[in-house]
Amino acid sequence: MSSFLISSVSPEGSDPVDLLIADGTIVAAGAPGSVAAPAGATVVDATGLIALPGLVDMHTHLRQPGHEDAETVETGTRAAAKGGYTAVCAMANSNPVADTAGVVEQVWQLGRDAGWADVHPVGAVTVGLEGKQLSEIRAMAESRARVRMFSDDGKCVHDPVLMRRALEYVKSFDGLVAQHAQEPRLTEGAQMNEGVVSAELGLTGWPAVAEEAIIARDVLLTRHVNSRLHICHLSTKGSVEIVRWAKERGINVTAEVTPHHLLLTEELVRTFDPVYKVNPPLRTNEDVMALRAAVVDGTVDVIGTDHAPHTLEDKESEWSCAAMGMTGLETALSVVQKTLVDTGMIDWATVAKIASRRPSEILGLPDQGGALEAGAAANITLWDPAGETPVNPQTHVSKGRNSPYRGMPLPGRVSATFYRGHPVVLDGQLTTPLPA
Amino acid sequence: MKHLLATADLSYADALSILDTADQMASVSSRSVKKLPALRGRTVVNLFFEDSTRTRISFETAAKRLSADVINFSAKGSSVSKGESLKDTAQTLMAMSADAVVIRHGASGAPQQLASSGWIDAAVVNAGDGKHEHPTQALLDAMTLRRVRARREDRPSTGMDLAGMHVVIVGDVLHSRVARSNVWLLHTLGARVTFVAPPTLLPVGMDQWPCEVSYDLDEVLAQRPDAVMMLRLQSERMNAAFFPSEQEYTRAWGLTPERVAALDATDAPTVIMHPGPMNRGLEISSEAADSPRSTVLAQVANGVSVRMAVLFLLLSGDESSPSLTDN
Repeated sequence: MSSFLISSVSPEGSDPVDLLIADGTIVAAGAPGSVAAPAGATVVDATGLIALPGLVDMHTHLRQPGHEDAETVETGTRAAAKGGYTAVCAMANSNPVADTAGVVEQVWQLGRDAGWADVHPVGAVTVGLEGKQLSEIRAMAESRARVRMFSDDGKCVHDPVLMRRALEYVKSFDGLVAQHAQEPRLTEGAQMNEGVVSAELGLTGWPAVAEEAIIARDVLLTRHVNSRLHICHLSTKGSVEIVRWAKERGINVTAEVTPHHLLLTEELVRTFDPVYKVNPPLRTNEDVMALRAAVVDGTVDVIGTDHAPHTLEDKESEWSCAAMGMTGLETALSVVQKTLVDTGMIDWATVAKIASRRPSEILGLPDQGGALEAGAAANITLWDPAGETPVNPQTHVSKGRNSPYRGMPLPGRVSATFYRGHPVVLDGQLTTPLPA
Repeated sequence: MKHLLATADLSYADALSILDTADQMASVSSRSVKKLPALRGRTVVNLFFEDSTRTRISFETAAKRLSADVINFSAKGSSVSKGESLKDTAQTLMAMSADAVVIRHGASGAPQQLASSGWIDAAVVNAGDGKHEHPTQALLDAMTLRRVRARREDRPSTGMDLAGMHVVIVGDVLHSRVARSNVWLLHTLGARVTFVAPPTLLPVGMDQWPCEVSYDLDEVLAQRPDAVMMLRLQSERMNAAFFPSEQEYTRAWGLTPERVAALDATDAPTVIMHPGPMNRGLEISSEAADSPRSTVLAQVANGVSVRMAVLFLLLSGDESSPSLTDN
């Protein structure tokens, strides 16, 4: 296998080093000029670039099987690579739902065959995401996909008994339940955040309390049965307060925030452009600021994209009929830089933590989120933080064109993505997948 | 003004211009030959994704009195039920060279999407979108209030606004596009607005609206408002736990015979308004609906005048420059 010398790169924002990659592993790291490149090694001049452990997304919708018109494992993992991700978790709301060992193995195998990034299927908590009966969770855990995270994402496991059982059941293999916190009765027909803007626009509100009430219940359940809970896409200030309360008491809960909830607010709904329709909905500026602060103080553990590609026709309609969701893989790190780094709130080491290291720890991925030093698996993202480019969704490699950042200048770009030692992205362009 | 989508963004000058034009239109409707040639050769499409016979025939009458060609396009169902998408419908109308599209839609924002999508370059008139706005309803209410004031003060209504008038709006504000259009327009025209409703039928987040809120109808009526507008209570709210029973709703928030009698006893100036169709015996009693205070039928007539004014103003000023004079 070929080897690469990444020269003068700044690992997580610290002093430049040279990194030598061979056979999928970082084999040497040292001061610039101190690492000798073997004959035939490709030298990648990374002056001015920041090296991060390959990003890990705990929340991706790859849409396959069943919605291949919106995205496939192939196109979704290309988008992941382009965005600097070397591992993604494929949510279970495919068709058929990923609620059996057969489906999760299929998705896992499609990921292996594609070769752009690791694909970790998420198993459904309940059969068909219907919230009635537990799926064969253990069969999925023992399958080749080795599922550890279970979620009915898109729907809430709202039955408290079922949620309790799921939390208990996953303990047998150190799994976790990722909750999409949305009290269903409080959000019937909900179209946007409930508040000043929904009152004016006459759109049915999605109240913050519908998220917070479920999170409060679930952290208490988690404490009661001593299990492990992950909260998907935290979106409100109140949710932050509850998770903070739970962590202070030692409850084993982790929390995720999406890039769009760190940047965009409900004011955008005034356009009635369904590209801004997402679940949970865009909230207020106060919520955005609370979420950013929660990343800083560690209440929020990870950035998850909730990359949700949709076909044009599913988005080009009346607001109330349009599908919910936004693409995110190819813009996530830019939004993180804009909202958290360029604002001086966090440094690049913290970016490495929230976008790679913590997700890897939560999921138990041995080859991801490692230190950028000799001996670690060579999953590395080279990020160029300089410059700003207006987002053009037409150039995205995801099938989805539903980026809420269309036309918005965002900072930085992925220069290269090394996936298991192979440059799947080089000079900002996709190259070739990892050879089989 | 290219479109009429909402009263929230309607300026004071535009609102007065529509109302003054509507007064002129009203005189046409009182003649034996109720027709002007102003929009001859222009095509107005009534695009109704939701049934509303009253609003549709009002717009149809308005367009016909201005000699426009009228096409009624009933697209009930729309993309909600896997029918034609709004985009395809709009482009179909464009291919038929519609000059104005009057759209009624169950989804909030559909008229704005139609106007801003680039799918169509006709003038768009919002004839009611979801729970969002129903601007011509608010304009006809304002016209009615202005005429009440003109009669009371014995001066012409032209150029008049509603400064100092107190208007009470009672009922299901949460689900009402009529309430949302009225609050902005009445405020723009200088009126004081009080909403009265059970707390369950008031939207969370309305605290910044330019209005007062009360839960006590009797207390507010005792302030001798200039008008009390009863909102229609939709039947589907009955079983959704917004209030315990129809009887309790009527007792607390209905315009009952007793409340009308109380207005009469104090000789209050209050007129009784309702956008129709009325639920007699629920939000409004027959005694109230048929009282001399009622402006319900004047509202219907003013609806035609206001819609004539809106179509006239939106479609005038371009190449064929319609004129208000007979020729």
